[in-house]
Amino acid sequence: MEFYLVQALNGLASASSLFLVASGLSIIFGVTRIVNFAHGSFYMLGAYIAYTLVQVLPPGAAGYWAAVLGAALAVGLIGAAVELLLLRRIYRAPELFQLLATFGLVLVVADLVLMIWGPEDLLGPRAPGLRGSVMILGEPFPTYELFMIALGPLVLGGLWVLFHRTRWGTLVRAATEDREMVGALGVNEAWLFTSVFVLGSFLAGLGGAVQLPREAVNHTMDLHIIAEVFVVVVVGGMGSILGAFLAAVLISELNAFGILIFPEITLVLVFLIMAAVLIFRPWGLLGRPEGPPRAPAGEHEPPLRLLGRGFLYFCLAVLAAAAVLPHLLPTYYIRIACEVLISALFAASLGFMMTVGGMASFGHAAYFGLGAYGAALAVTYAQVGTGLGLAAALGLGLAGAVLFGYFCVRLSGVYSAMLTLAFAQIVYAVLFQWYGITGGDNGLLGIWPSDWVSSPLAYYYLTLAVVAVSLFLLRRLAFAPFGYSLRAGRDSALRSEAIGIHVRRVRWVGFVIAGFFAAAAGGLFAFLKGSVFPDYSSIPVSVDSLVMVLLGGVQTLSGPIVGAGVYKVLEVFVNRYTEHWQLILGCVLVGLVILFPQGILGYLVGRFGRSGEEWRGVDGAPAGGRAA
Amino acid sequence: MALLRVEGLRKAFGGVVAVDGVDFRVSRGELVALIGPNGAGKTTCFNMLNGQLRPDRGRVFLEDEDITGLSPRQVWRKGVGRTFQITATFPSMTVVENVQMPLISHHRQVYRFTGRAVQLHRDEAMELLDLVGMADQAERPCGVLAYGDLKRVELAVALANRPALLLMDEPTAGMAPGERVALMGLTAEIVKDRNIAVLFTEHDMDVVFCNADRILVLNRGRLVAEGPPEAIRENAHVKEIYLGAGDGLRDPGRVCHPGGT
Repeated sequence: MEFYLVQALNGLASASSLFLVASGLSIIFGVTRIVNFAHGSFYMLGAYIAYTLVQVLPPGAAGYWAAVLGAALAVGLIGAAVELLLLRRIYRAPELFQLLATFGLVLVVADLVLMIWGPEDLLGPRAPGLRGSVMILGEPFPTYELFMIALGPLVLGGLWVLFHRTRWGTLVRAATEDREMVGALGVNEAWLFTSVFVLGSFLAGLGGAVQLPREAVNHTMDLHIIAEVFVVVVVGGMGSILGAFLAAVLISELNAFGILIFPEITLVLVFLIMAAVLIFRPWGLLGRPEGPPRAPAGEHEPPLRLLGRGFLYFCLAVLAAAAVLPHLLPTYYIRIACEVLISALFAASLGFMMTVGGMASFGHAAYFGLGAYGAALAVTYAQVGTGLGLAAALGLGLAGAVLFGYFCVRLSGVYSAMLTLAFAQIVYAVLFQWYGITGGDNGLLGIWPSDWVSSPLAYYYLTLAVVAVSLFLLRRLAFAPFGYSLRAGRDSALRSEAIGIHVRRVRWVGFVIAGFFAAAAGGLFAFLKGSVFPDYSSIPVSVDSLVMVLLGGVQTLSGPIVGAGVYKVLEVFVNRYTEHWQLILGCVLVGLVILFPQGILGYLVGRFGRSGEEWRGVDGAPAGGRAA
Repeated sequence: MALLRVEGLRKAFGGVVAVDGVDFRVSRGELVALIGPNGAGKTTCFNMLNGQLRPDRGRVFLEDEDITGLSPRQVWRKGVGRTFQITATFPSMTVVENVQMPLISHHRQVYRFTGRAVQLHRDEAMELLDLVGMADQAERPCGVLAYGDLKRVELAVALANRPALLLMDEPTAGMAPGERVALMGLTAEIVKDRNIAVLFTEHDMDVVFCNADRILVLNRGRLVAEGPPEAIRENAHVKEIYLGAGDGLRDPGRVCHPGGT
């Protein structure tokens, strides 16, 4: 009994830190409508800076707490810089591009942290004055944990006073409800946004700094916390601080007790709770249903247009070039060409659900990883060949997409996207933790293709065939009645329902199709590499796919394919010359979003009009290209 | 037999009773207006008829079949079309594609993965556009149309599955005065030609009194008057509600615009 009480208290202590970070994210989103992916990085920076400050400042309680507060303030200042230099330029860009820019920051911060503090875990000192433990029902309990338990409700109360008893807080609440109206009333929005961002960053930094005595500071803290924070925000209800607190407690307690019951699959418990909450309260425990977003006046996507013969010949020429290419390349490059093709399929599958379905995913790697493991598990445990291995890849990917998609399509927009990320983390955790079956961290090795495709050249042609057919099918689907129905649901769910289209089901099918083709890419990748690892479904892989789609431009069907090509080739070459791929990629992402908020192909289409575009001009020019 | 029969419909939002025990009937071949001042409960009433809102109490019958609590999709399949107060169309599709979508759905082709959507039911869609006078703009993207034109596209969309009943929520809001009378004149023709029923809400009293066969007056969630335009015009209670608001009510001699019915 005593043991359970202590475990429950441990859960509460963890909840406080999680709550600090989640409330910051929620406040920032409420006012600026930006999902700050870099919020986990701010948390990590808080921990690292606190670690350094503790070393520098004089020892003792005063020095220690000054270091903690100093770290939080420093992160708040970093937040101010980020808001002023970056975000302020992109408030008008599409939501996903803002996200991409903040993910660019994640990469930059991750690399800078590695450069400054090194890859080793850093153990901070324990907090002066709170080093001991107290006896609770005969069990020793660390005093610091009691401090943590108190911290959460203290910050919650402080935020409540701030938002309900100050003029600034009233403005923030007003802006959360109706940003345009607050601007129209003459409030200086720019400074309101900056101050909100600083507060959110400060909370994240504080959340990281107070972790110092509890866990070793390490460079995986950023992505680890952001996934949990997304779960907390989705479960608690976006924009509700009390909801974030309740959800943080719920999730932390689940983790604390889950470890006792199912040490291998704690995240599955979290998943079950999240699923239950979302079925009964799709907007989270204390969230409110969101009205339809206010569409910016005068901005409409032009209709899809079938491309003429010119495009067909162009595709055939590309295919012919791709068929000849391996004969001109050394073997090493054939494998890279395979990777580019696989990335193109992976990106196109995500592009399909984003472009046609209007559904963003931050966790598309879930289906890539499931595909890879489907193939690898079939080969490892049933000794099947490549053909059946790929079939198993599709089967597992399909199953995952059916299950997760069911929940994701119940939410909309950025909430749904956060949920996809949470699901991807669950897949990752299962692959990582289910050691007996998946090999855990070590992955599964020896997943080589059958004899008939064992040579690099033969495998290249297999990849090319699968990818070409898949891309063709995806394109056909976009123009098929189903693709139109999916787009109808995206354009106006209200009208779609009023003409008999079951929007949620159509979206679900669209989601499953995207997962299916991502799994195909994953299966091909498993045989290409000869091994699979949990990393295949990690957040960076998800973001890779998102970057490829957004790089190409989300408004065009072939954009993701172009984006994948550019991205992969860039990656290969940058990796050859420098260790700092992440840093460079991050800077490139931030720069691209500022320079081309519509993506590369989107930019070219907008700039050079009709030459190779997929869109008819919005002036209603005759559809000259509507050829067979 | 009434096509639409509404019995004791009630809906409250928190403490506000938006619709409070409304009964009425609409028959085929009838163009019926549902009027009332702002906040009278007209749109709430509509939303319960087509399944967007579930009534707290009361029943909705279509051809004696109870359709209360069905989803908008199911109500549509039963033969109830709907246009919205603020138009809902697919801005990234062309005008004709907007009309093809309900036809695709009507023929249960939503889950077809092959073939091209733009080639399905195109002729039928063009006929509908011709009917509402939008055929010449068929290839324009819906997102760039003028608001009055969008209203006409919506009418074509709503007519696509040959509904028995058409619900039109402020069909002429945002249109030029001449266009309003023309659109409602067209609607009246369709009602007679196809022998369907139209129930519409409207603030423009010219439109209401020139076109409606019968008028239902809603105030604070209750049906306060019902009858042909002449009777409603003379109704003291209705005059009181609308005092100072509707010119049409105070000017019984006013003539409908030429070009109307």
